[in-house]
Parts: sequence; C-alpha cells; structure tokens
Amino acid sequence: MLSDQDRIFTNLYGLHSPGLEAAKKRGAWDGTKFLLEMGRDWIIDEMKGSGLRGRGGAGFPTGLKWSFMPKKSDGRPHYLVVNADESEPGTCKDREIMRHDPHLLIEGCMLASFAMGAHACYIYIRGEYVAEKFALQRAVDEAYEARLVGPSNIHDYPFDIYVHHGAGAYICGEETALIESLEGKKGMPRLKPPFPANMGLYGCPTTVNNVESIAVAGTILRRGGAWFAGLGGKNNTGTKLFCVSGHVNKPCNVEEELGITFRELIDKHCGGMRGGWDNLLCSIPGGSSVPLVPAEQIIDAKMDFDTLRNLGSGLGTAAVIVLDKSTDIVGAIARISYFYKHESCGQCTPCREGTGWMWRVLTRMAAGRAQKREIDMLLEVTKQVEGHTICALGDAAAWPIQGLIRHFRPEIEKRIDQYSANPHMDAVPMAAE
Amino acid sequence: MTKILIDGTEVDVPADYTLLQACEVAGAEIPRFCFHERLSIAGNCRMCLVELKGAPKPVASCAYAVKDCRPGPNGEPPEVLTRSGTTKKAREGVMEFLLINHPLDCPICDQGGHCDLQDQAMAYGVDSTRYQENKRAVEEKYIGPLVRTAMNRCIHCTRCVRFLAEVAGVPDLGAIGRGEDMEITSYLEQAMGSELQGNVADLCPVGALVHKPQSYNVRPWELHKTESVDVMDAVGSAIRVDARGREVMQIEPRISEEINEEWISDKTRHVVDGLRLQRLDRPFLRENGRLRPASWGEAFAAIAAKLKGTDPKRVGALVGDLAGVEEIFALKALMGSLGVTNLDARQTGEALDPAWGRAAYTLGATIPGIEQADAILIVGANPRTEASLLNVRIRKRWRMAPVSIGLILDEQPDLTYPYTYLGAGTDTLASIAKGEHSFLDVLKTAERPLVIVGEGGLGALAAAAALAQDVGAVTDGWNGFGVLNTAAARVGALDLGFVPGEGGLTFSQMLEPGALDVVFNLGADERVIGPGAFVIYQGTHGDAGASRADVILPGAAYTEKSATYVNLEGRVQMANRASFPPGDAREDWAILRALSDVLGKRLPYDSLAALRKALYADYPHLAAVGQVEPSDAAAALATLAGLPGDTAKSAFSSPVADFYLTNPIARASRVLAECSGLARGRALEAAE
Repeated sequence: MLSDQDRIFTNLYGLHSPGLEAAKKRGAWDGTKFLLEMGRDWIIDEMKGSGLRGRGGAGFPTGLKWSFMPKKSDGRPHYLVVNADESEPGTCKDREIMRHDPHLLIEGCMLASFAMGAHACYIYIRGEYVAEKFALQRAVDEAYEARLVGPSNIHDYPFDIYVHHGAGAYICGEETALIESLEGKKGMPRLKPPFPANMGLYGCPTTVNNVESIAVAGTILRRGGAWFAGLGGKNNTGTKLFCVSGHVNKPCNVEEELGITFRELIDKHCGGMRGGWDNLLCSIPGGSSVPLVPAEQIIDAKMDFDTLRNLGSGLGTAAVIVLDKSTDIVGAIARISYFYKHESCGQCTPCREGTGWMWRVLTRMAAGRAQKREIDMLLEVTKQVEGHTICALGDAAAWPIQGLIRHFRPEIEKRIDQYSANPHMDAVPMAAE
Repeated sequence: MTKILIDGTEVDVPADYTLLQACEVAGAEIPRFCFHERLSIAGNCRMCLVELKGAPKPVASCAYAVKDCRPGPNGEPPEVLTRSGTTKKAREGVMEFLLINHPLDCPICDQGGHCDLQDQAMAYGVDSTRYQENKRAVEEKYIGPLVRTAMNRCIHCTRCVRFLAEVAGVPDLGAIGRGEDMEITSYLEQAMGSELQGNVADLCPVGALVHKPQSYNVRPWELHKTESVDVMDAVGSAIRVDARGREVMQIEPRISEEINEEWISDKTRHVVDGLRLQRLDRPFLRENGRLRPASWGEAFAAIAAKLKGTDPKRVGALVGDLAGVEEIFALKALMGSLGVTNLDARQTGEALDPAWGRAAYTLGATIPGIEQADAILIVGANPRTEASLLNVRIRKRWRMAPVSIGLILDEQPDLTYPYTYLGAGTDTLASIAKGEHSFLDVLKTAERPLVIVGEGGLGALAAAAALAQDVGAVTDGWNGFGVLNTAAARVGALDLGFVPGEGGLTFSQMLEPGALDVVFNLGADERVIGPGAFVIYQGTHGDAGASRADVILPGAAYTEKSATYVNLEGRVQMANRASFPPGDAREDWAILRALSDVLGKRLPYDSLAALRKALYADYPHLAAVGQVEPSDAAAALATLAGLPGDTAKSAFSSPVADFYLTNPIARASRVLAECSGLARGRALEAAE
C-alpha cells in the first residue's frame, strides 16, 4: 500500500484549498525554474527513466512520446495539448485533479511544453465539466497573475496556456478528434499517419497527453525518475489514480501504487465488497471500453497494465467498475454498447453501422429475444468492427461484448432458453428506429 | 522511388504514392467508395483495407503512404497482401456493414447498372443477410432542382461534401448528426448554390444522389453512348451523349485532363430537355406576317427568288454561337460565290480580328496551363459564368498554393476563390499600367503572369495587351496573354476568317434597320436584326432568331451532327452525332449545299468527308483534332499593343447576364429555366 509521503495528489479529496498559496505549500511550483534549467534532454530522460506510462488508457510511455517531437523547430510552432476530455464511463480522476490540484497540472504543462519546445498549451476540457472548467481557469489566472506562466514569466520561458471547453462528445477524447475539435471542426478522428507529432494542431507538431500524465510530471522531476520507477512493478511503475465504482461499500477515487491487488484495493479503500467477496460477479477494470474479467480471475490479480492485458482485459484509465451478483450483466453490457452507438462519430463504416447492430442484438439478448446462433454472429460482428476503423472507438465498442461472450455465454443462453420456454403470444412491438 | 511487394510482385513506385496507387501499378484492383482521385482523401469507407505485413491491423490503402511502410527485419521491402484472408475478411465485413442499412431497392433505383455498391457487392457481398433488425430510415432532403436524394441509400462516403467544398468552392453540403444518425444535407435544405452541382450525383457511388431531371427515365444499359464535346460555352468540355433511340436522354462528362477533368457544368448536363423542346422540325415561310409550315423546295425557292434581284452589297450573313466549323465554311463559300462581303460571326466581341494572329483571340496559355501561372489578371470577365470549368482550374490553381488574382469588372462576383478587386474599367487598367496600383508589381515579379481578357474587356484589348507585354507575360515557353471567348463557334469562325471582307459591314452594322435587304442568319439568336431586311434563319430552336425570320431552315443541334468546334484555347474538337435531327430538319452543311444548288452556285462537295477535305486543304490546323496549334504569341501581342487604344472611359461588364440561359437550346430547357429562377432568387436575397 502506498505510503503517504509517496502520494503525488495530496489534495485529491479537496480537504485543502486548491488555490495557488495552498498548492505551493503542498509542493507545487517548487523549483520549477531549476527543473527547466536542467534542460530538455534531462527532463525527457527523467521521464523515460520514471517508466511513466500514459494515464489516458493506452499506456504508451510518456517520456518516449515526448521524445518523438522534433528536436528543432522547422519554423512551425510546437504545441502541447492536454486531453481533459475525460468521458470514459467510470473514470473521474482528471476531474478531481482539476478541481483540487489544478496547479500540479499547470506546472506539468509548463514542464512538458518546455521539454517539447512548445510555447503554447491547450487544455481541452470536457463539455460536461463546467465547474472544473471554472476551477481550472481560476488556477490558470492565478498562475498568470503570479507570473508563473505567461509571455514573460519568472521562469524565463514564454509560455501561454489556454483552457478550451469542449461540447461534450466522447469521441473528442480521441487525440486527433480532439485536435480537429480544437481547430473548430467537427470532432472526427484523423487518419494516421501522419501522427500528431509531425502534423497535429493546425498542421504543427503536437503532443496530446492525458491530464494525469502531465500532472504527475512535476513531482516526478522533483523527486527523480528513479523514485517513481521504484514504485509499482517492472514496466508498470509509479502511482495511479484508481476510480472505483459499482457494488463496493464505499466507492472512491484513490491514488495507489500500480500492482496493488484487486482485493487489497477494494478492502483497504472501498470498505470491501458489498455483500462480501462471494458476491463478486466480475469487474471491468479499466473503464467501460475494456473487456470484463470474471470474479475468480480478477480477485487476486495485480492491478497493472501487463497483468490485466494477460487476463484479456486492460488497465485503461484504471476506472474499476465492480459488479456483484445482482447485476444484469447482459443488460449492463448492452447499456455500454448503447453508449458507444450513441458516441460513434459516424465517419467510418464499421463503427457507424456496427455499433448500432451490436447494441440492438445485445438488447434483444438481454431480454432473451434471440437465437443462440446469434451469439456467435455477434462475436463475429465485433471482430468485423475491431481493428477496421480509423480510431479506437470501434475497438472500444467491440471489446466489452467480446468479454461478455467470452465469460458469460451460458448466461446469455440461459436467457434465451427462459424466453423461449415461456410462450409469448404477441410479438414484442418494436418501434421503428 | 521505393520498392514494395504487392502480392509478391515487386514494384518500384515514388515514395509519396499511396498503397492504393502502388497496388494499381502492380495491377491489383482495390475496391473503394470514398476515395476519388480528384478529391481529398477521407479514408472513411474502409473498403480499401489491405493487409500490410507487420502492421497490427489492416490499413486503409487509400490513405497510407508507401513511405510510411516499415521495411522487414532484414531490410526487405514492405509487403502488401491484397488477396489474403485478412484482406478478404476485412472487405467482406465492411461490405456487410454497408449493406445492412442500405435499402435493397435496386430495381427502382436510378443508379442500378452503374452503381459502385452493386458492382462491389457482387465481388465482396454475401447472398443473404444476418441483420435481423429494422433498417435505418432517413428522410429525403431537398438540395436543389438538379439532384434528387434518396438518403436511405447513402453510405456516407462524403464525396459530395468534399466535391462541393474543394472543387466547386461552395460550403453548401455537410454532414449533420453523428454515428448512425449522420446525414448529408444542405443548411436548412437550401438548394446548392453551385453551377457544378450535378457532378455530386455523378460522384455518388450509390443511388443516394441521382439526377433529378432524368430520374426514373433511363437505365444505363439501354443507352447508346456517343463521345462528343459541349457547346454551351467556349470551353468545349468533353461529354458523352447518351441517347435512347432517337432521343438524347442524358449528358455526362468524359475524362479530359486538358479541359474539364471530369466535371461539367449544370448547363452542359441539363440542357438535354432543351434539345427536345421548341425544336424547328420543318421549314417555315412567312406569309402575310405569319409563319406557315413549308416544304424544303418552297423555302429554297423563296430564298432564290429574293436573292435573285438583290445586290450582293445589300446581302449579309451572320453566324451565331453554336455553329460548327463545317457549316461556317460552307456558308462562307456560298456567300463568297455570291459576292457577299458582309460576313460576321462575332455576335459578341466585335473587337477581335483574325488578321492579328491566332494568339490574339485565343487563350494560348491553355486551360491546364493556368495551373502554372503565378499571378492572374482577369480583365472584363466573370469566368465563373462565362467558362465555369476554366474557373474550376483557376480555383484548382489557387488551392495548390495561394496565388494573386486580380479582377477588373463592374461587379464583384463570388468566383469561389479570393481575388483582389482592382476596379471597374479602363481607368483601372490604365492606372495599373502606369504603376499607380501595386498589382503591377505582382504581375512584374511573377515568373508566369497570366492576363485574361474577357469579352467585356475587349474595348481595352490594346491596353491590356500593352500591359501584358510590359509585365513580360509572353516569353519563351509561356504564353500568358489570352482572350476568354464565350461562344463555342467563335474561335472556329475567326479561324475561318468569317469577318467582314473589304467594305463589309460588321455584325452591329448589319443589325441596323435598313442596313441590308437580305440577311442570312445561321443561328444567331442573342441580338435582334432591325426591321427592313428579309431574314433567312437557319437554326434549331424557335427562339428570337426564328421569330424575326421570313424563311426558316431547320438545322441540327450539336448532338445531331458531326461537327468541328474550336474551343477558347484554340483546341480543335469534334462533336459527334448521337441522334438524328427531328422531322425534316437536316444537318446544316447539307442544307447550305442544297441551297447552293438551287441558287445555281453549287458547292463542290457532296459529302461531309468531301467538305472536310476542302476545309483541311484551306485550314490544315483544323485537321489536328484534339490539338492546339501553336501560334506566334509574341508577334500577336506586339500587334495588339501597337493598336490605337480606345481612350473612352468605360466599365467592363460580363457578356453573360444569366448563366443558365445563354443560348437557344438552354432557353428552351425547363430545367435550366428553373435553375435560372433559383439563381435569380439567390442573387436578390444576397443583394438585400
């Protein structure tokens, strides 16, 4: 279990003021100028050494991502874009950072921008996060006022930071869709390559990072990459904000070491499982887009990137959704499926057409109104969507269903049997959708 | 050049090629819906997925560049598999997704028979559906009088959106909604405001956008297709005329890199019903003030009787905007044998004179040459209405890299690209020439400046030529001075020298009341002949010319005869016969040949081939179909610049007042009349 002195987000619960003075007391903006004076390469090397993997879901090493930016500008400006479009169902970690520890984020923006030669940073904040937008804007204003950032600041690195409020579309959390949206266009993912590091915002080299990845940067650099790398396990280093929701006694956000077991996470921080451990049905360990993991596999699993990947799931954003045996699991996944159908941007064929198809079939299955052969057909449809789309939303829509079928096929079959055992005289009316 | 393996075949292609292009080089066919060579890459249909060795998932070949492929572990060239199981599965999956919400209404769909989805479903589709849910229903949209929508069929490839935004330069179409609720529409279902909107229906790979005027009328397999050229403007777009039996059903563009790429204007496309309506299908004679149907013999006899006692000096011949070179040649020969010198084919643009050289009345830079220009000055022309496809090229040039474009005209039209409005008329031109305007520096610093003089600016032809000479518009290998003609017949007629002979009257002078006793009018309908003269009208439509006529000789429209046209570049092109003239109407050269017999001045050719033989003997450059005869631009420019300039102050105005109604065929068309009304409404709205 993570000791208190190793916590990065010391005001996660908002017990103290989010303001600049209080943040400084907690360590933010401490020696930032010194860190900047260590140079770009040192910052990137420290970040690489820390083993920090992106906290937005894909888990790409952050230091490596920063190193992809051109070392020298070819005349085009560089940009840092912070992805605060936290829309993954179950995830609420960035929200807490922006509410209670915004200065860690702003300082991280400064450090990351410096490391990539960017003089401007955009924070794209989710449309529904209205209070957070004001909180973050307040913090940015404070930082400007204290000349911590701005065209001429005490750090001698001209740097501007803009908070952009999105309109509330899940797809705008995809990095290239976010860039499109930021440019004022419809939020539709771009084709890659070219990658944003070559051709991003306004056609200029751009790096898009998650809020948490950026917010931890200051502390990592202050305490050294080795400190961060010392936490957690190999290749899964450091601390992570877990957002535990669902059928636990006390759902919470908590910063923990990567590699903590599921059981410990729930017992220590969430007051245990509702109705005891025997009542655990399964868990979706990384936000709604990863496949679920049944109780017997997840219960003593380490919560880190590699372990969960080996379980056929993923850590994602570490939004741990816990489901007990009272859950209508088929209905739950059907609801998730509806979410992806609703949030598909409609640009490319498999996702546009496939998400609706999967949701409709699954909705019927939740009520048992289906044929057993349709289970395999549904699985095949998910495979037809997965990997054939421009962005990862197609994959995200397919995985929960694949997880369901992998682990709960008997449950679906049971529903179908139950439904067909009861004679339904009238066809169930379906509205034309 | 980069080596790449396509299905085991090694090909060497430029690194910036896409995989799709590389596959085509290797001869592997890649299915596609959203990809189009002339539009930006969207990569959204996912039909062109191919397996790339080493890539975690199939890649969209239309968007993936060869240079982005990683070589194998030992430096082997990257390998693409277009026939592997992965590729096949990916394509079949995409095809299934496209079809689940596509209505299976091929039997009543106008796209049936030339539908990309239909064709590719034959290759990648399966015979039955696994989709048990309700299909999506999408409301149909009104997007203008020329394109019918059936949005249930839409596969969201966005070709139409990209075409309008990129080529046509109007932001009228877009996609609203997201996910499966995404719909293509115009803002509040307004009509598209482009003169190129018909092309979106051509681009549509399915039957979601189809041509409204001919909807439910034609099937592609029952059409007889004839390759021809357009005569609606002087651009001479390459077209294909599709006829069923004797009736022309539709006109489609042909690919022609030199002229129209693969677009045509709406006037070119939808003039079809004009070919059918208001036709002159028999000779007419005016008796007691009224026209009555007559036989060919009666008509010829009336003409012969009238001409017999008339002094050749009191006889004149006019040629309109749609006449082919052959009939102009025959008319010139006939008039020559009668001793008539009052000849003119310049219904507009009387300032042009073939004596100055061919470069003085053509656009020597050629249409593809516009893409090389690095500064463009347009004098007295609105290219969007006078030559839409030429305007498309200017826009294409501007999209390649922003270029300075200046316009001198008495209005500031929306040309679909930004330009510097310099002024209205001769004053502006003079002040630029004097260096009082900074645009002179733009032209001077440009390596390949292009000065285009429209018919509206011909009054200042000499001044414009002097300016062009001053800025070095004509150099070795670059001819940056040209005239923008608006009529398909004009350049051909000027090539033949169909202008007043010694002491002859010009077009305007011949129109004067009492100027002539007999006027032979070969299809000139836009200007009215004054009272007094006996008018012989040879043409196709009951338009202004016919109502002024005393004898009407029914001729053939451009789809009904084989005729040569010379476009504004000076490119010789051949229109071909797709159907026959209606009723008693005949091909124009044959009418003139028959008339010459009656007049006792028999023209020495009995067939079109014989006529052409004589034509080519006199004008060898006309034999080179498809070519632009090079001409001495520098000499022509020097001659022009040396002419005494017209010093009167005047504003330049475009000769085309209504884009949709510029010639008798277009004026007979109901479809174009509707378009014209809509455009007028838009203009009024904009003026408010």
